[in-house]
Amino acid sequence: MAAKSIISRPVYGTLSPQPGKHHLFVADAEGALAITDLAAKAPDGFFAGAHIIFIPGHDRKHVAALEALKPAQFYQGPSFASALPRLKHTLANAHMGLRLYLAGTEGLIGQAMQAALEAGIDHTSIQTEHRGSLARRVQCVHCKGITENVTTQPATCSHCGLLLLVRDHYSRRLAAFQGVCINAEDRSEIPPTEEIFR
Amino acid sequence: MGITFRNETFRNDFTFRNSPEHIRRFPFPFHEDSYMYAVNIEPHVVGPKGSVLENLIDVDEHYVAEMQDRALVLAEDPLRCQSLPHMTLAGWDLLELLMEQQALGYPEHFTLTRDGDRWRWINRPLGIDDTFTFGDVSTLPYGPMEYITRQSQGDFCILDQRDGNLWMDAGMVTTQADWSLDFDIGMNFFEWHAPVPLAHEKGIFVRALKFLTNIQQGKPARRLNWTMTINPRLDTSPENYHKWGPDRTTVTPENVGDKVHLRVELQSFWRLPRSNGIVFPIRCYLIKMDELVTQPKWARRLHRVIRDLPEELATYKGLKRYRATLVEWLSKLDDGSPTSPGFGPD
Repeated sequence: MAAKSIISRPVYGTLSPQPGKHHLFVADAEGALAITDLAAKAPDGFFAGAHIIFIPGHDRKHVAALEALKPAQFYQGPSFASALPRLKHTLANAHMGLRLYLAGTEGLIGQAMQAALEAGIDHTSIQTEHRGSLARRVQCVHCKGITENVTTQPATCSHCGLLLLVRDHYSRRLAAFQGVCINAEDRSEIPPTEEIFR
Repeated sequence: MGITFRNETFRNDFTFRNSPEHIRRFPFPFHEDSYMYAVNIEPHVVGPKGSVLENLIDVDEHYVAEMQDRALVLAEDPLRCQSLPHMTLAGWDLLELLMEQQALGYPEHFTLTRDGDRWRWINRPLGIDDTFTFGDVSTLPYGPMEYITRQSQGDFCILDQRDGNLWMDAGMVTTQADWSLDFDIGMNFFEWHAPVPLAHEKGIFVRALKFLTNIQQGKPARRLNWTMTINPRLDTSPENYHKWGPDRTTVTPENVGDKVHLRVELQSFWRLPRSNGIVFPIRCYLIKMDELVTQPKWARRLHRVIRDLPEELATYKGLKRYRATLVEWLSKLDDGSPTSPGFGPD
């Protein structure tokens, strides 16, 4: 994580069981561990009202651990994009008192939160916990293209090819960090690339 | 006697100039020989005749050319004008404010007549004569905010007030000093100011927010901000940074006077009556060094301000590459004699 941060950069917490009848979890990869940690603190019967949407990644770890919690509904999908229709459908049909928990990579948390905001849920009511990779989702301010899983500073825009400074400035609406051309003034200046968002 | 509108450009051949009268009315932003952030907010009340504060919404000789430049920006990138769905009422509030103020200050150029909800708006400089129903978006060619801000100088941000904060939920932003409405829309006051250095630590934004959330209807406030721009370019957006950024490498001792511009923003803050939002017009004034130094006091003071500016601020304002060249050029116009207090020329 960048040593010095700014106010628009999201701050994540630790998932904890909230009062309520319905609990919706969205997690990827090691985000599953945030859910099993929460389970250790949860009252009996908590997961009887829970729905877990999980994107395990290619190693398919943690699926059994989540199934063992016996949630009312469990879904595993190959990517966030494939889980999104289910998430939107669940949010659209949710009743008052649904609690939302997001855990895993920043890209997952950001995109799930984006869907929740569009469904009218206030971002401050959402529980989040960062686990796993620090890879960033970056919007190029020039071509508006989104580059996923950015681990380097600077990073090349996968759409227009400009070399981008990945800023800490973050938009919840776009679920992305801002990328701004790092050598716009003189294209011959090419700073060294470092892998800093692992 | 009306304004003579200049035929000029803010791109390509850059024919923008200030007339001698407009040089003297330029809102020079330094009241002393140094600069640091401050919550420099004051009541937005009418100022001296012939100044940019003669009317609360200022229209000047660049009006027509600026509106033409805005139309070009919007044709290229419509996302420079956005309004979240709950902001339409605030857009009508803004339309009313700008029509009233422009008609009040410049009756020879703008006329507003109202018959209940039936309004007629005549804008002579742009050749517009429209009749519409106030509150009915289907009677205008654009949404109310876009319609009126295509006819008003400056950028406009409309802020929704809720949860003790202000939210950037609508705006027309085509002449910005390097920030993106498309990225920042929907953010709260602290979030969209997040990238500004030093000011958070000084508590500037906490105090500014407290002030702004208490602004009352009919009692607008204002402040000045400044930066520098190479060439008289209005559209210095981050979206196009890779296109205008190279301009910063073109400053030489020979062309400083023509290329380097002081860019001053007159920001004002108004409570909107129906929506309870705040509108935040950011009016941009440009002046090239050759024009500015025709006022010897400004030349001496600007030299001292730029020379002594903290490094972090100079970097944030993008002056790094040409600061030394500019200071050297200005130093020749500074004999070390004192400057009188206040903003105005001697």
